[in-house]
Amino acid sequence: MIEIGLGHYLTLGAVIFSIGVIGIFLNRKNIIVILMSIELILLAVNINLVSFSIYLGDLSGQVFTLFILTVAAAEAAIGLAIIVVYFRNSGTIRVEEIDKLKG
Amino acid sequence: MIAHAIFFYIFSIIAVISAIMVTVSKNTVHSVFFLILDFISISCLFIMIGAEFLGMIMLIVYVGAVAVLFLFVVMMLNVAQQKNQWFISKESSGHIPIGLIISVIIFFELIIVIGGWKYKPELFNPTNLSITKEISNTHSLGQILYTDYIHVFQISGMTLLIAMIGAIVLTFRQREGVKKQSYLKQISRERAEGVEVIEVASNKGVKIDD
Repeated sequence: MIEIGLGHYLTLGAVIFSIGVIGIFLNRKNIIVILMSIELILLAVNINLVSFSIYLGDLSGQVFTLFILTVAAAEAAIGLAIIVVYFRNSGTIRVEEIDKLKG
Repeated sequence: MIAHAIFFYIFSIIAVISAIMVTVSKNTVHSVFFLILDFISISCLFIMIGAEFLGMIMLIVYVGAVAVLFLFVVMMLNVAQQKNQWFISKESSGHIPIGLIISVIIFFELIIVIGGWKYKPELFNPTNLSITKEISNTHSLGQILYTDYIHVFQISGMTLLIAMIGAIVLTFRQREGVKKQSYLKQISRERAEGVEVIEVASNKGVKIDD
């Protein structure tokens, strides 16, 4: 318990990843919360990469964390732009009312 | 080591609780605030573990840009009032138990992988990317980011550029009835269409077109 190792960080990443997946599945409110859950999932992946990089003594994990950060920022910008356009066209972003595809 | 454990547990408990609050809080603005708290505690963990540059970059990018973008959109779309009807409409919420089951299965799979993971040192040959104690984290990251990973770095820059262009193109809207300045019209004006010579009768005014 006292000795903090790689497993603790990986467990933290797994917990946050699962919370993000639960947030995607159980969401009833709006798409913005789903986007935030995706950010949580990317954050969990970042935790895994950084902790492996530190504990294995290899820097490439941190480099790829940097690239994941870039992609996450781009994804958030595009996703929020799509949400704004959808809200402008249909007047709602609640998940239940977005059923144009009848899926 | 004691201090490391104490700070790890503090930050990770804050991170997990705020991650839960992101998904369950009824107000979307509160969700964004808890997302910011989550990012800050995770970046504190990164700084504590020895990845200072990534911790700081995470603060700048996530808290300074992404979370503020979320806040802008939440306040622009006025979705904070749509907080009613959470878990209320029963007819379309049949996927909730399956979602919970799948999430729990994913969590236990991850835990099994973490528990059964063995690190074989002879399979891992540290290259020039190994972490050294002589130079700082930022210095070493910069040394390999601009040499070994220069192409990926450029591609990530292109990704950001394309994302920016895409966001602008998606949200750009041509409004009707808005007066705009057209440089082409201005510089291609002729004298004949701008100036008119009028015969003015004596003691009468001139009515300029209105």
